[in-house]
Amino acid sequence: MARFAPGDNVTVRRAFPPGHVRTPYYIRGKTGSIAHVLDSFANPEELAFGRDGLPKRPLYRVRFAQSRVWADYSGPAGDTIDVELYEHWLESEEIT
Amino acid sequence: MTMRSEDSVLDHYQAMELAVSALMINKGYFTEADMVAEIDAMAKRTPDIGAAVVARAWTDPDFKARLLADGTAACESIDLDMGPTRLMVVESTETVHNVIVCTLCSCFPRMLMGIPPDWYKSKEYRSRVVREPRVVLKEFGTEPGADVDVRVHDNSADMRYLVLPRRPEGTDGMSQDELAKLVTRDAMIGVKIVEAP
Repeated sequence: MARFAPGDNVTVRRAFPPGHVRTPYYIRGKTGSIAHVLDSFANPEELAFGRDGLPKRPLYRVRFAQSRVWADYSGPAGDTIDVELYEHWLESEEIT
Repeated sequence: MTMRSEDSVLDHYQAMELAVSALMINKGYFTEADMVAEIDAMAKRTPDIGAAVVARAWTDPDFKARLLADGTAACESIDLDMGPTRLMVVESTETVHNVIVCTLCSCFPRMLMGIPPDWYKSKEYRSRVVREPRVVLKEFGTEPGADVDVRVHDNSADMRYLVLPRRPEGTDGMSQDELAKLVTRDAMIGVKIVEAP
């Protein structure tokens, strides 16, 4: 069951665990909003070490304003970047 | 064993790849013939497959709606073998220009486009297109206006992304096959637009 719904604001955990992680560094600690709730998938952080990756983790497409990702972003305010992130990397957030 | 030129020196990852594939074959997970067949099958896939999907979406509104709702199911419904690929199709419009990247490695909709171009796998593209997409697009000759949102998609996990580019003006009378010939790999990555004939 997905914890977040489209439009919810979320912040990516700023964590640096060792091993195989599919959360890009540049997006850690950034705040965006859920664009799509995708399916649930086996956790790649576990699959990478030969384990079953279960239970499956909900995967989201999270949309970030480029101006909130890069302090010096020079393009128009509407430019965005979408990143796929697993639920255990996301925390609820109110954009202030 | 994969043939390699005798005078090349293997780097760390090439040596690891040879060692791991030899181990997998020796332990019976797959055979050398399986590996060769998979490499051959991958090499046969070209962007023509994706171009036909785009042209169909341009000419068949029902297919387009299904493609945007569930890319995997829509492609399977026209007998495309999607293998393990879970496809998300993103539509470029008058107000949104989409471009795809995999910042972590080289994830690419191979079932629809084959092997990605070398530049797609380069550290330069992967790091710069997320940080300064409009500068990178301009280097490809693409300049979305300030009133168009540039939307970068980082294919970083389980889905693969295909851009449905805008259909060019002046192509109303063209057949699906004629339209497909206009659609390029780079337009389906989103670094270029589809040019009118």
